[in-house]
Amino acid sequence: MSLQQYIVDAQDVHKRFGRVEVLKGVTLQVKPQEVVCIIGASGSGKTTFLRTLNALETIDQGTIVVNGHRVGWTQDKNGSWVKLKERAMAEIRSEIGFVFQRFNLWPHMTALENIIEAPTRVRGQSKDEAIATAEELLRRVKLSDKRDVYPGRLSGGQQQRVAIARSLAMKPALMLFDEPTSALDPETIGEVLDVMKELALGGMTMVCVTHEMGFAREVSDRVVMMDGGVIIEEGTPEHFFSNPTHERTKQFLSKIL
Amino acid sequence: MIGITFDWKVFFDYLLPPDRLTRSALYLTLGISIVAQFFGVVFGLVSALMQRSKYRVLRFASGVYVWFFRGTPVIVQIFFIYFGANLFLGYDLFPRTLHLLFISIDGAVLAGAVALSINEGAYMSEIVRAGITAVDGGQMEAAKTVGLTQSQAMRRIVLPQAARVIMPPLGNEFNNMLKTTSLLAFISVRELFQDAEIRYSSSFKPVEYFSGVAVLYLFLTTLWSFVQRAIERKFSESDRDATVEGPGWTRRNFGRLVGGH
Repeated sequence: MSLQQYIVDAQDVHKRFGRVEVLKGVTLQVKPQEVVCIIGASGSGKTTFLRTLNALETIDQGTIVVNGHRVGWTQDKNGSWVKLKERAMAEIRSEIGFVFQRFNLWPHMTALENIIEAPTRVRGQSKDEAIATAEELLRRVKLSDKRDVYPGRLSGGQQQRVAIARSLAMKPALMLFDEPTSALDPETIGEVLDVMKELALGGMTMVCVTHEMGFAREVSDRVVMMDGGVIIEEGTPEHFFSNPTHERTKQFLSKIL
Repeated sequence: MIGITFDWKVFFDYLLPPDRLTRSALYLTLGISIVAQFFGVVFGLVSALMQRSKYRVLRFASGVYVWFFRGTPVIVQIFFIYFGANLFLGYDLFPRTLHLLFISIDGAVLAGAVALSINEGAYMSEIVRAGITAVDGGQMEAAKTVGLTQSQAMRRIVLPQAARVIMPPLGNEFNNMLKTTSLLAFISVRELFQDAEIRYSSSFKPVEYFSGVAVLYLFLTTLWSFVQRAIERKFSESDRDATVEGPGWTRRNFGRLVGGH
């Protein structure tokens, strides 16, 4: 058994918003270099689950271990679990990339400044070093010419590619995508999916909440269907799209495909 | 005809040009306004951040501060700080003249500036809070996901964006401040209003001097409105020139004040 059998090991995750239980015991394990797509209708809890993986949402029950760190909790010297300090949590988060549906680029910084912010502030990289990495990343997402452009002047697809580069600049062990193409114009969806595809081929471990069934079928190693706060079905894309077993999955796929 | 005449000579002698005493009163009004506004922004920022703290004590302290200083007249606060310190501390906190290293400050001027700063901080607290709230929550979340701590995210991501929301009401506050300094006449600070009052009491020409001093205040507030417009134009330019290479948005607008590199 390798030291890190799983990059993500989420066990029996529960999450409540007030009296509504959004997650009712989700268990998911993701191996290194695996690409997992989570699909499901809106309200199924898929985005909430993704957000619990880097503690954007705190969970009410269960355990989440990402990249060897228990998310949100740590063991003190007596061995009992205590809530992680904010700084320690920030450090864990810095190893987990997160791409938002609405990009959330910082509008007062250029594309380059967006990308070098965390490497210089969090990792203490020199500016030159961070810029060199950022320029390489901009090349990878094919936006070298937009280096000094502010987000307001970029199309949605371009913004999302900068956002991906911003996450990659921290050299994350895992990338989480929260419906990264849902807010995009149809003609720019392809360029974002291409970047994600390349990333997957490069061996990045990825968990994607998505409605892009083509992407799920073509790129993912495993597809997970969530409904009503639990995982109701999972399997390889071949199995998933040709013979879904669960009635709810069949319904969902017939509507979306 | 009622026997009142407006003595234009008194009016123009007072204004064109103002003599040395009126000029120094003008500078004092402007100086106290700038100092009090500056510290008002600082106090407001601290208070607004305290309000977002996870510690209840800090939130509570900030709440009491805003509640008290917005809920009582500023003139009462001025008197309270100028005279009250003596009563509570048993010694004169603001003596006639304060000697601080190489400079000497009139005690009343200092007390007045302190009172106005504290009062202004309570109003700025609400303005800063509104500015922070106006920044989309996703901005802070994105900062967290790349590992920035709460305070780094606040300083580097949220506050620079909140600043543009804060700027227009801040300009309004400074306009107010220029006029509110006139209350310091009550503790004998010779700012513009006190200067006019002294001149009136020795000449019995109230209308001439008080309309004259109104002109001087108008001069200050009008000047400020031009400055304010220039600042706001600069903000919108940074949007228009978003593709222009150069120093970052924050740096262009705020220099090293907020989070420059």
